[in-house]
Amino acid sequence: MRGIEKRFDATVALAGVDLAVAPGDVCGLVGENGAGKSTLMAILAGALEPDAGEMHLDGRPYAPADPMAARRAGVAMIYQELSLAPDLSVAGNILLGMEPSRLGCVRRAAMRRIAAGALAELGRPDITPDRLVGDLSVADQQLVEIARAIAIGCRVLVLDEPTSTLGRRDVERLFALIGRLKASGHSIVYISHFIEEVREVCERIVVLRDGRVAGGGPATMAGDDIVRLMIGRDVTDLFPRSRRQPGEPVLEIAGRGAGSATITLHRGEIVGIAGLVGAGRTELLRGVFTPPPRRWREGIGMVSEDRKAEGVALGLDIADNVTLTKLDGMGPASLVLPSRQRAAATRWVREFSIKCRSATQPVVELSGGNQQKVALARLMHHDVDVLLLDEPTRGIDVGSKAQIYAVIDALVAADQPTGRRPRAIVLVSSYLPELLGLCDRIAVMRRGRLGAARPAGEWNEHSLMLEATGAETAA
Amino acid sequence: MTPRMWRGAGPILGVLFVAITFGILIGSNFFLPGNLELIARQTAIVAAAALGMTIVIVSGGIDLSVGSVVALTTVVIAVLLNQGWPPLAAAIAGTASGAVCGLINGALISGLRVVPFIVTLGTMILVRGAAKGFADERRIEAPQTWLNDLLRSTAPGDAGLLPSGVWLVVVLALLVGGVLRYTRFGHHVFAIGSNERTARLCGVAVPRSKILIYTLGALFAGVAGVLQFSRLSVGDPTVAEGLELDVIAAVIIGGGSLAGGRGTIIGTLLGATTMAVIQIGCAQKGYPNWVQQIVTGAIIVLAVALDRWRTGRAS
Repeated sequence: MRGIEKRFDATVALAGVDLAVAPGDVCGLVGENGAGKSTLMAILAGALEPDAGEMHLDGRPYAPADPMAARRAGVAMIYQELSLAPDLSVAGNILLGMEPSRLGCVRRAAMRRIAAGALAELGRPDITPDRLVGDLSVADQQLVEIARAIAIGCRVLVLDEPTSTLGRRDVERLFALIGRLKASGHSIVYISHFIEEVREVCERIVVLRDGRVAGGGPATMAGDDIVRLMIGRDVTDLFPRSRRQPGEPVLEIAGRGAGSATITLHRGEIVGIAGLVGAGRTELLRGVFTPPPRRWREGIGMVSEDRKAEGVALGLDIADNVTLTKLDGMGPASLVLPSRQRAAATRWVREFSIKCRSATQPVVELSGGNQQKVALARLMHHDVDVLLLDEPTRGIDVGSKAQIYAVIDALVAADQPTGRRPRAIVLVSSYLPELLGLCDRIAVMRRGRLGAARPAGEWNEHSLMLEATGAETAA
Repeated sequence: MTPRMWRGAGPILGVLFVAITFGILIGSNFFLPGNLELIARQTAIVAAAALGMTIVIVSGGIDLSVGSVVALTTVVIAVLLNQGWPPLAAAIAGTASGAVCGLINGALISGLRVVPFIVTLGTMILVRGAAKGFADERRIEAPQTWLNDLLRSTAPGDAGLLPSGVWLVVVLALLVGGVLRYTRFGHHVFAIGSNERTARLCGVAVPRSKILIYTLGALFAGVAGVLQFSRLSVGDPTVAEGLELDVIAAVIIGGGSLAGGRGTIIGTLLGATTMAVIQIGCAQKGYPNWVQQIVTGAIIVLAVALDRWRTGRAS
């Protein structure tokens, strides 16, 4: 791959990436969330088309139109979430979409034979082709997914976070399998957040950062150096900091996993929760925010990390989205007058400078950043005391980010307008500069375990990343 | 025109289109007061049930048990009248029996977390069976009361202008339209239909709301049952088979979306009227029943296709 570029609207996801993988090579691809790993691999596997750059496979130009074309050419992606049909047999899955047939009839014996061959090649003849995939363990399902790529003759395999759902023993078996594939001349791109794993299974490592190759080297390079390459960027002065004065405790956050800490949230402070995707941060917030009706009544509000699927109701207009949690006082008796809703929402449209025609515009027509401001405005309209924010700036433009940071800071500032007390905020984020820039204390979650909250000044991006990835223990 | 105005204009254009078409085919007689009253009377039963269905469909659900509930209601009313109940009490009890079916629907959908299609498919058959059992598998004759006049054509010069049953539907329509637009419950219905997860996150009591939604849905089916009884003047457990599809069609022609979050009462009434116009127009033109069915089916497909095209352009 050479000079690969990709932009989504205004966001540059990849800005000229070069990547070469030789036969029998196992290449580790690491980087922070949003560094561009997934986009790069989606282009390689034919799911996305690059805006610029070229790709060659075995010296010939390679430009797959879709994932199936990529597979036929010999490149397959094994996704984090497996894409198998649980009600079909192992053989049916391995040969899905390329069933051997004669006169339109599927040749079942041939299917079984090809499937068994692929499984044997992977060293697992014990999985019989007739079993239902839904009955297999997650690890074995992953193996079927790999067998599917092998059966069609793929030479390049991309594994995206293959160990995130596996136990330690299954991880070892997977590594043995990767060694086997390597010995038979397959090329493998291995994507993972877990640096120690990458160092264990790969021969060399490429680090992506902000859509570029930040560096790389042999897998023997120090874990510290890898982390430095991953995060090496400046914290800009994006983050305002008013004078803050932590007050009385308002909320207890108890981690569920073994050895977890309990964090006490105080009025007038922001507690950050760092960790990798899948570390259990969202589940932690959900646990606190249960049941939602009672929490809203208690003055606790939440912004979901999944804006489109949960954060906002896309089909409804801005006014309905903003006022949904609190429709009291919107008219005589307990009636709700749309004009009052509009008036209430218009206030926040102005204060957050939400770009829209009017408060009656459907949210689906707004940009991501403005949709997120609508989700945040809901908490402001409800006038909550405690804000639980799950990735509040994910996937939005820098301008909206800066506005949201300013709002967050103003909410906890010690100097408030008369009659108003500072709020308390829990901020879950994968974007480390944001955590370090905004929070007073930060805790790290790793694989379901919540660490203790330490003052933000005692952390830096490096130490947060070490703690989140567990690179410390491996180094 | 904004997309929003288009959405409101569609059903109006639809009803004007079919009315003018039949006006041309049949002549100006089609628009005589007597004929318009006939259309209104024909619309009433479907429209009454469609009021409830609008609430259900806006919430992203569906209720297939409407026809069976109508049949059960007619049977209950007939049985109670025979036992000497006053007509009003019998009608209220019949409507209430419908509402109970809806309560069961809502409780099953919320409690078992089964999709409404399956639950109401089950109760559709179940309630039909119950109605037949209750009626001992026959039609139940009932004494003549004022209930039978609800949809009777008004005498020329009558101050009421339209039969009282039609006025009943108009008043209920205003009521439901107001509830959907001006109450917390109404806003919750739209929120659940638009995005149930957002509604949950925002503290909407989704299970409780759903129980109320399906209860109201079947309550209006019960009202349709009262009107149906008025026309039949007997309790008939086999009546209104397939009525639920006409009712759903009225909501869809009126701009409702089966995906939820969209639909209006005025649209639904126009949708129900459109279907009645086709029915009566075809009958008066002397077209056989199959022509009427083809036209109605085509209108439904056309309405949905237009809607797709509109929303596709808007986003």
